[in-house]
Parts: sequence; structure tokens; C-alpha cells
Amino acid sequence: MTAPTLPSPKSEVFGGGVPKGRRGWGLDRRATFWFIYLPPLFWLIAFLVMPVLLMAAFSFRPDMRGDLFQIRTPTFSQYASVAATGSYWRLLGISTLMALGIGITAVLMAYPLAYFLAFRAGTRAGFYLILLLIPFWTSYLLRVMAWKILLGTEGVINSFLIYIGLIQEPLTALLYNRTAVILTLIYVWIPFAALPILAALQRIDLILFEAAADLGARPYHQFMRITLPLSAPGILAAFFMVFIPTVGEYVTLLLVGGSRGFLYGNIIQDFFTKAANWPLGSALSMIMLAATLILVLLATRIIDWRQLFE
Amino acid sequence: MNAWRGSFMLRSYYFSLIVLLYLPIALLFLFSVNSSASLSFPIKQLTFDWYQKLFAADAVLRSARNSLMVALGSSLAATALGAMVSILMLRYKFRGQNVLVALAVVPLIVPYVVLGVALLLLFSVLHIERSLWTVGIAHTVVALPYTLLIIASRLAGFDASLEEAAMDLGADYPTTLRRVVLPLIFPAMVSAWLTAFTVSFDEFALALFLAGTQPTFPVYLFSQLRFANRLPIMIALAVLLMIGTLTLVFIAERFRRRET
Repeated sequence: MTAPTLPSPKSEVFGGGVPKGRRGWGLDRRATFWFIYLPPLFWLIAFLVMPVLLMAAFSFRPDMRGDLFQIRTPTFSQYASVAATGSYWRLLGISTLMALGIGITAVLMAYPLAYFLAFRAGTRAGFYLILLLIPFWTSYLLRVMAWKILLGTEGVINSFLIYIGLIQEPLTALLYNRTAVILTLIYVWIPFAALPILAALQRIDLILFEAAADLGARPYHQFMRITLPLSAPGILAAFFMVFIPTVGEYVTLLLVGGSRGFLYGNIIQDFFTKAANWPLGSALSMIMLAATLILVLLATRIIDWRQLFE
Repeated sequence: MNAWRGSFMLRSYYFSLIVLLYLPIALLFLFSVNSSASLSFPIKQLTFDWYQKLFAADAVLRSARNSLMVALGSSLAATALGAMVSILMLRYKFRGQNVLVALAVVPLIVPYVVLGVALLLLFSVLHIERSLWTVGIAHTVVALPYTLLIIASRLAGFDASLEEAAMDLGADYPTTLRRVVLPLIFPAMVSAWLTAFTVSFDEFALALFLAGTQPTFPVYLFSQLRFANRLPIMIALAVLLMIGTLTLVFIAERFRRRET
């Protein structure tokens, strides 16, 4: 990070000559700068940059022995052992593919919702949007648990089927595997994914549709040539908003996945808790962090994120 | 005709998703007033026992209080920091400005499990005992992007000439910030604060690594999930918390409306 220089005023008038009879402590913009600048700078360096650097340093340690502060000769042994262990790569692949699939599915399912809210919901669009978001604002753990109640061996669906006599033994296929994790995550993310798409759709000038219709474009062509391209930034943003939390996901699996649904995030969690092999866990985390950052950087080349937050 | 049918299908899709989204939540309400401890059909009898038992369950209430304190502290800190970065971003020009803003937004794209273990490492190396403070610090980091985006989009709507006018009239810059800028961005700060609050209150992935011996509500809830007979009490509390969160969200919405 480059050292900050003194701020220069944006306009002549702004930071220029200080008028007489001023009030307060008499601090000008330059002096005030440090009071506003230092707290966030300290915070971000202490609790974001430092921990990540520390994790990077840790990933080059040979083992857990010795004081945590102690400088050890850096070694690539952790990365080597990651590289040599096929199951890690397999899990990284599964996690990435799963996040990819969940991201795409959630976007596909969220798009018609956003389209409905933007163009067809009329005056009640605001209300419909809030209705859609209320589940998103309720406890994540609880929504997952609710699915567990629905799908578990003593859950609602099984009890109901036994109650009406359709089955004698509870169905176990509904829970404790990756399918359950995937279903749960898609369910959880749909309302969230609709938001950036909606923002992009609302930005489209309706005159474009009139012009297209005047020129004889059918609704299908209007959609393909106007709506879809103009909502592309929203689609990509929605995808990443789902993809990034999902790729590091380890919680949902603890709740509905059981041991058969192990994911990359879970091995990281394991190495930092039960297995207590922090250097290896750090190496795995660094790999995941690098992979995510590279993907996002690629995406920022394609779309301008700032459009979405205007 | 065709357009009408398209509209109808979109509407049906919307409402079937709504049903799917609300069904499990409705179930939670149902089981919080069901006399049977097992979460299965048929429903036995309507009761408010679980709510009564809840108020005798110290550990449960303590975890809710912990969550409340963490959410309160971290949301206030995240709002203050978000306002500072907003002002730095829009009212100053300095070297490294883009780096600072990027750092503030980057937690959005770091998987929580990675940030969680990185902070766990930091606190271990510094011999800082894990507590509500460490959870609060983590929550402040992840809430900052939200508060920054909310406050900055509001501040961007105001011309700097208002501040120039105040300074021309003799106010120093801190006074200008306090008397001119702060009132202008106040509605955004309130809605940023509420957003940060709800982000923190519901957060589990970070808290599990950093909570230590004082669990927040999601962490406690998680530790209790294997004890089936405790579940209805937890659900009862969760229903109450859900109502609380919804109230907060509606207040936030109000403020956002007033803003525009």
C-alpha cells in the first residue's frame, strides 16, 4: 500500500483561504483528514490485511510446533502435501462446480422473479419485493433447520407419508447428502439473487421497447436484443453474490449434509478445529482465497460493478 | 393475449416461490405452539408452554443477549467506519484512496470460512482470548462493505457546495461535517446501521470460529440442535427474534423510503 500524501482540495474555494471568525477547533480539511483517515486505515490493516498476511505466512510453516510468533524457515511442504493429495483437489473441484451450479440455477430461477417485479408487478412491485425478501431476513440457521424438519427421517414429509400409510419406513434419501445441501442453498439464495438483476432491469429505458416495437421487433427479439444484454451486469453480479459465499460454504453441510456431503470449506474448518493442523488449513485457505479473487478480477474485466450501486 | 398469458405465468411463478419460501417458516411458527416435543405430524395440541419455558432457560436468553450486544457494537462501529470511508472516498483525493476503498469492500468477496480462520490465527498469535469482542470485530469487518455502499450512495447525491458554503460562513471542517454533512447522510446512516445489525445478528460462520466460551444465539442454537427436546424452546425464541428482526427491517425500509 502506498503511503498517503496530504490531501489536496478538489477545488480552489474548498480548501483555500480560511475565513476569519471561524467556529470549532479551527481544524481545516487537511488536519481533519487524519481523524477520518486513521481509524478505518487502522481497522482494515489490523483486522483484514494482517490476518490474511499471517495466514499466508502460516501456510509456509512446516508444522504446528513452536511458538505461534516464532519465525520458521519457510517451506512449501504444506502446498506440496495439498498438491499430492488428490482428495483435496477433488473437493475443491466439487465445491467449485457445486457453487457454479447453484449460482447458475439461482440466477435462472431469480431472473423471472426480477422480470416480474420490474415489468409486470405494476404498482404493487414494492410490496411484492418486500414479501420476497422477508424470508431472506429471517435466521439462516433456522431456515435450514426448517428444511431439516421437512426432510428429516422424523420430519414432516416422512411423518405425513407414514401417517397416511403410504410408506412404513421413513425415507432417508431426503437428508444427509449433497443433494440436500444443494437444494437448501438454492432455496436460500433465490431472493438474494433477484436483487441485482432487478436493479439492472429497472435501469432499462422503456422507450427502447417502444422503439423496438415500432421497428417491428417481436417480444422474443425484444427480450434477446434489449432486455438480456442490458441486464447482463446484474446477472453476473447476482451470480457472484451466490457463488462466493457458496464456494466457502461449510455451515449448511453441518446441518443437513452429514458426513456424505463433505465440502472444501469443511476440510478448512476441520483443520482449524478438530484436526488442529493450522499450517495445512492455511494453505488450503490461501488456495481458496486466490481462486476466488482471480475469478472476481476476471469478472470486473467484463462488467462495471459501480453501475449497480448508483 | 400472449402477453397476458406471459404475465399470468410470471405471476404464478412468483406466488409459487413465495409459498415455497414461506412454508418452512410457517412450520416453525406451528411447532413453537405445538405441545409435542418432537417436530413431526400430527400436531398434538396448541400450547404456549415453550414460550413460558423459554423465559426460564437462562443459557438461551444469555445467548440472545450476547448476540444483541455483538450486533449493537459491531453495527455502530461499522456505521462509523462506513461514514468515514464514504467521506474519504467522495470528499478527498489522496494517494492510496482506491486501495483503501477496495480494502473496505473486499470482505464482500472473501469466503467467510477464510476470513474466520485468518482472524482466529491473528487472535491466537496475539494471545487474545476469544470472546464477544472478537466476534464483534469480525462482524464489523464484514458489515463495512454494506454500510459503505449505503452511506456513499447517499453522500454522492449531495453537492460539495453545501460544505463550501458552510466553510465560507466561517465553520471549520469538523463543524461542517457535524452540522452539514452528518444531518444530510443521517437517514442513510440509520439504514446502514440496521443493515449491519441484521448482518451481525444472524451471522454464524464467523462466530463459530471466534465465539470462545460465550456463544452468540446462532452458535448456541447450533450446539443445541442435537438435543431434540430442546428444539421447541429454541424455535420459540427464534420466532420471537424473527419478529424482532422483521420490525427492524421495516424500520430500515421506512428510513430508506424517506431518503428518496
